[in-house]
Amino acid sequence: MSEDQISEEHIALMKDVLIQHVPHARALGMNVVNAKRGEAWLSVPYDEKLVGNPQTGVIHGGVITSLLDNACGIAVQLALPARMSIATLDLRIDYMKPATPKLDLTAHTHCYKVTTNIAFVRGTAYHTDEDDPIATCVGTFMLAANRAVPMPISPEAAAEAIKFLEKNKDGKA
Amino acid sequence: MSEKKTPPDINALMQAIPYARFLGITVDQRGNEITTVMHFKEELIGNPVLPALHGGTIGAFLETTAIAQLAFEFSEGDAAGSALPKPIGLTIDYLRSGKPVDTYGRAEITKQGRRVATVRAEAWQDDRSRPIAAAHGHFLLKPADDPAGS
Repeated sequence: MSEDQISEEHIALMKDVLIQHVPHARALGMNVVNAKRGEAWLSVPYDEKLVGNPQTGVIHGGVITSLLDNACGIAVQLALPARMSIATLDLRIDYMKPATPKLDLTAHTHCYKVTTNIAFVRGTAYHTDEDDPIATCVGTFMLAANRAVPMPISPEAAAEAIKFLEKNKDGKA
Repeated sequence: MSEKKTPPDINALMQAIPYARFLGITVDQRGNEITTVMHFKEELIGNPVLPALHGGTIGAFLETTAIAQLAFEFSEGDAAGSALPKPIGLTIDYLRSGKPVDTYGRAEITKQGRRVATVRAEAWQDDRSRPIAAAHGHFLLKPADDPAGS
């Protein structure tokens, strides 16, 4: 195994921290399929609730945005020497073709450059063949964006966050 | 009495889109203006520590806001019966982290061509002068081979 490979344990950690503790990723049914240094593969299963055009059953562009944004963030985390908080600065998405109804979505993202403040990443969303993309994206992320605890979190911080959300549940519309 | 066309019911159109419903997006329609609202719920969170809204939900909200504006300006009466504009490309600038509260959106059509429209959209929370994100994108209005588009 080359040093570019990420261990199974690391992937499991990514799944746990970056998917299970991210309510929106969980709500979409996101899954880390594969990962290596600076690269991530994520999937979202087809679901009727994610449809954007009720006449055709095609998934909403926003689902692809969420998937690519999340996958880009994970690729950046996998490229960084140490875990830190990151924030999306910008994300450009080009839609090549509509997604095919009933098929799952996969995103492959690659963080190809990290500087002191910024990480650069690009990605593709597809069904089974990466050379036949549904959408491509390019984005930049701000590093050490918040003084708050970085995203990969301790069990204590996670428990605190969940408590905060529970407390705010009544306030939701 | 004016001869103006009946304004389309954009909120009804949004409620017919499963993903817009999933995100909790409604449309506040006043006269010739619409404001989209994404009602906060836990499923929209991307960072539970801050906590902050997921960047993807903000992007999806801006895209939906742009589509709502296009449907509002280009359809009459039964908006749900007409074809929805398709996104070609969208660039999102994330300006501030989204707090766990309701988010509002407005869009403006910068340029309308025969087949493609250029739209700018903005999202804010408690202060409109402090937007949390802005986007601009291109949308396909009608397929090239559709004579109705000419």
